[in-house]
Amino acid sequence: MTDWNAIGIVLALVIPLGAMGGIWLFHGRPEQRERVTLVAAGLLLLVVLSLLPSVLAGLRPEWVFAELFPGIAIAFRVEPLGMLFALVAALLWPINSVYSIGYMRGNNEPHQTRFYGYFALALFATMGIAFAANLVTLFVFYELLTLSTYPLVTHKGNDAARAAGRVYLGILITTSIGLLLPAILWVWSLTGTTDFTVGGLVGDKLQGPWLGLLLFLFMFGIGKAALMPIHRWLPAAMVAPTPVSALLHAVAVVKAGVFSVVKVIVYVFGVDSLHAVPAASWLLYVAGFTIIVASLIALRQDNLKRRLAYSTISQLSYVVLGAAILAPVSIIGAALHIVAHAFGKITLFFAAGSIYTAAHKTEISQLRGIGWRMPWTMTAFSIGALSMIGVPPAAGFISKWYMLLGAFETQQLFAVGVIVLSTVLNAAYFLPIIFTAFARPAEDDPAQHGEAPRPIVIALACTAGLTVLFFLFHQVPLDLAGQLVELPLSDDFQPNGSQPYVPPSNIPQALP
Amino acid sequence: MSLGTAIAQNLPALQVVLPLLAAPVCLLLGRGRAAWAWATLVAWLGLLISLALLLQVSDGSVLRYAFGGWAAPWGIEYVVDRLAAMVLLIVSLIGALVLSYARHSVDAEIDADRQPLFYTLLLLCLAGLLGIVITGDAFNLFVLLEVSSLSTYALISLGRNRRALTAAYQYLVMGTIGATFYIIGVGLLYMVTGTLNMADLAQRLPELAHLRTVKTAFAFISVGLALKLAMFPLHLWLPNAYTYAPSVVSAFLAATATKVALYAMIRMFYTVFGAPFSFGTMHVEWLILPLAAAAIFIASVVAVFQHDIKRMLAYSSVAQIGYMLLGLGMVNLTGLTASLLHLFNHALMKGALFLALGAVVYRIGSTNIERMGGIAREMPWTMAAFVVGGLSLIGVPLTVGFVSKWYLLLGAMENGWWPLVILILATSLIAVVYVWRVVEAAYFRARPAGSAPVSEAPLTLLVPIWLLALANVYLGIHTRPLIGLAGSAAADLLGVGP
Amino acid sequence: MELLGQYNYWVVFFLMMTGFYVVIARGNLVAKIVGLNIFQTSVFLLYISMGKVSGGTAPIVADPGSLYSNPLPHVLILTAIVVGVATTALGLALVVRIKEAYGTVEEDEIYAQDDPPHGSAPALAQGSETATADSAGEARR
Repeated sequence: MTDWNAIGIVLALVIPLGAMGGIWLFHGRPEQRERVTLVAAGLLLLVVLSLLPSVLAGLRPEWVFAELFPGIAIAFRVEPLGMLFALVAALLWPINSVYSIGYMRGNNEPHQTRFYGYFALALFATMGIAFAANLVTLFVFYELLTLSTYPLVTHKGNDAARAAGRVYLGILITTSIGLLLPAILWVWSLTGTTDFTVGGLVGDKLQGPWLGLLLFLFMFGIGKAALMPIHRWLPAAMVAPTPVSALLHAVAVVKAGVFSVVKVIVYVFGVDSLHAVPAASWLLYVAGFTIIVASLIALRQDNLKRRLAYSTISQLSYVVLGAAILAPVSIIGAALHIVAHAFGKITLFFAAGSIYTAAHKTEISQLRGIGWRMPWTMTAFSIGALSMIGVPPAAGFISKWYMLLGAFETQQLFAVGVIVLSTVLNAAYFLPIIFTAFARPAEDDPAQHGEAPRPIVIALACTAGLTVLFFLFHQVPLDLAGQLVELPLSDDFQPNGSQPYVPPSNIPQALP
Repeated sequence: MSLGTAIAQNLPALQVVLPLLAAPVCLLLGRGRAAWAWATLVAWLGLLISLALLLQVSDGSVLRYAFGGWAAPWGIEYVVDRLAAMVLLIVSLIGALVLSYARHSVDAEIDADRQPLFYTLLLLCLAGLLGIVITGDAFNLFVLLEVSSLSTYALISLGRNRRALTAAYQYLVMGTIGATFYIIGVGLLYMVTGTLNMADLAQRLPELAHLRTVKTAFAFISVGLALKLAMFPLHLWLPNAYTYAPSVVSAFLAATATKVALYAMIRMFYTVFGAPFSFGTMHVEWLILPLAAAAIFIASVVAVFQHDIKRMLAYSSVAQIGYMLLGLGMVNLTGLTASLLHLFNHALMKGALFLALGAVVYRIGSTNIERMGGIAREMPWTMAAFVVGGLSLIGVPLTVGFVSKWYLLLGAMENGWWPLVILILATSLIAVVYVWRVVEAAYFRARPAGSAPVSEAPLTLLVPIWLLALANVYLGIHTRPLIGLAGSAAADLLGVGP
Repeated sequence: MELLGQYNYWVVFFLMMTGFYVVIARGNLVAKIVGLNIFQTSVFLLYISMGKVSGGTAPIVADPGSLYSNPLPHVLILTAIVVGVATTALGLALVVRIKEAYGTVEEDEIYAQDDPPHGSAPALAQGSETATADSAGEARR
């Protein structure tokens, strides 16, 4: 633990945990409590950024916390995908904290100490997931993330919130202990290790249908990835206050799910070994099914947050789809989509929360003409929506592009069809909202309202800005994703002869 | 001979005799703090002795102590090997912590004039349990079993609810039947071998293994001990006894009594009868495994539906005993190691849980889940310790519960018993449900209407609770010493190299 | 004739089963204690008869050469009798206390008092449980 990188890992874990303690310490003093959150969020971002250069340089910082038994350890290792995930979470935590302060104050929410405290704990769990070096560590933090977000989901404390919390916890815990844990045990009993290994662990140990079964256990065990039919927890979680939905159920929790999926496919199965097994191809179809069906359900939702939730389910399956196509380029697309969707979706949720705070409206049909009253909010919403659809110049275009490339490259016409169809569907459920907000005449609303409180506006302007910036400057995530599949993704990289979209800029740290 | 060497040479005897002789002194000390202070002092001394014994045998040597100078097999012999030292350690550790904890809790739950009696009984019980572990004589085991059992019956009957009386009575009847079964078995063994010394029995039994008398003795001893350790479906005495006993007693019994009975069973199966007879000839594992599996599943499910948290933990204990028996029934080194690990670890987790509940009783006078609503806001430290214990009970990594469950899973996989692997995982999930019920009530519900505000438990209660809770975490991270000890003890039992 | 020759075992066996049956079948708590005693006594007989050596005298060794019965089982059973007496005393004491608390020593009546067979809702039963617990605690002080 002598070099800076290992200390960086420790700090990335300790800072959120310390923030939780600090928040509890300042119980009842909102100013200090919020200051603790902001300072911790800023520090965490600095620490995670400080790890970036060495990861880009090909180093893999490690820190072993405790070795429980031979082969079973709580250990951390920063690899490109984890770096990417940690970066996204650490980047969005400060923004989200600013937003939370505006939202929680604007709505006079009770139990704010508990809220910020568990929020910090959830970030701790997210960092643990991002840096986990093996399946056991991943599992521990995965469960911690589930548990630490429960108080946030049931924040309102009424019966509806508790019922939703029960669905949330029930599905996530049941799948993880019932399916994920046996899968981990299986891997361990086959190989004697659960370390994430480049090239995969089980590729040469399991044949045909067994590999498919293990894949089944993993994919449905990681309930946070919200593959159908275990997606129900995500709409249920929407009873939470919007900052929770924004950071946790658009970024940290769900991304922890798809992040784990990609990690398992790349480091446990190995892309090549899955490629060789027809029994593993079902994943592609389940992901495709989820994308389309969730989009269709989203079409029919009038509640804004629920529509966003189903959109999230659909978008998460893009990542799974990208990984299931099993082409290096599509996996890059999947990794990029983790980032792109995070920026876009958090913007959308911020906007939804902003509307709720300023106008107390939750249904899409109530939004007529609101765009002129809340121009900042609805502009940001539009950018987020464009990113979801995949229109340039928004982030979603980049990731979809790579996934399409991968699908073409491997002749997966099913995947191509799904992506095209879902893009149409995305447009069908997002564009009407924008249309309603700007083009329809405003209702005669007795309660005059303007824009939301300033912290909220600042936060959503930031994330909307990020969504556009990602389109322009994504060299760093691209490099990280390239390392994931061990392809040097620089300007001269040409997968299969076709020139991928590479932005003109080569500024190494384009991200703010 | 100086006093120091005299003590050092007589440590095995002192381990039992000290609490035994100290017990009546509590009565002489009369009311007030003196009896408690004396009992606590004795319990801590007992812990020191067991630590010293563990150090002496940790290299694999076996300490034999001939009582009163009468050499075995004529005299009573005390034997300390690694297994015994391990169980002695956990029993005396729990004893010391529970007694340190007892003062406030007992003040609240036991009338002042009965308190000296209470401490007398607790010390007697401790002496009996320690004696069962250390003795190398089959009949002496019976006597000590009854010493601990009789004091246990009386202790349970001191509970505040009148159901404590019927619970104690029920336990007395079933416990006496169990002990009598055991003594019938020992009598039959004596009939054919003419010895009561365990080591001597172990030498003579193999050549007599074909005798029906020996097989009958085996059956009697198994059933008798199964009653004492609450093996499903002979567990009916346990839920009531744990529920209605005073908090301190519940914690002490849950953490030690059934474990010691299980230890006695392991001793009988492996040391006295020997694994080839118990598992090769009698195939006792085919009795134990289905019953253990049924216990784990049924008791876990029943635990989910309890309104009284003490009762819930009691059913959970029945399930946990099932885990230990499961490991025993696997008849491999890993399974036996898991069984011994769980014996130790379960004492730590249930001790912490019951002590935490005791603190809740101390403040609100009830362990009903409805009345515990929102209690975590008022007693955050107590409930946090409860959560740690609960996590350990579930088997979350970084707690001791994970260590023993992991070894249990390994043992099952070693035998290729995949259904058992699934069972263990499924019941862990059920454990999540019943622990979560408490967490949800305590953390996310409002205090029931009309309940007076309470404050955090006093420090004298919190410190022992947290010592146990932290032990759950510490030994869950630094797993090597415990795994090493349990593994070598299991290897000793199976007669394979350490 | 071997069956008859082992008559002591038949007696033990008969007493054991009788005692066991009484413990299980009788609802009266005192009767259960009696059954338990019979059950234990059978074991005492088992040990004592086992120690008997044919033609041997009582084990009071005046003449070292004489044949005498094995004294060890007797000693063991002395201990067991003490344990048995203690158990009986404790059991009876509990019965007295149960009688004070419930006013009956019949098992089914006791259970009927604690768990009313039907009628009251569970929530009500819980409320009354704590109430009876407190009142019982008061009554016993």
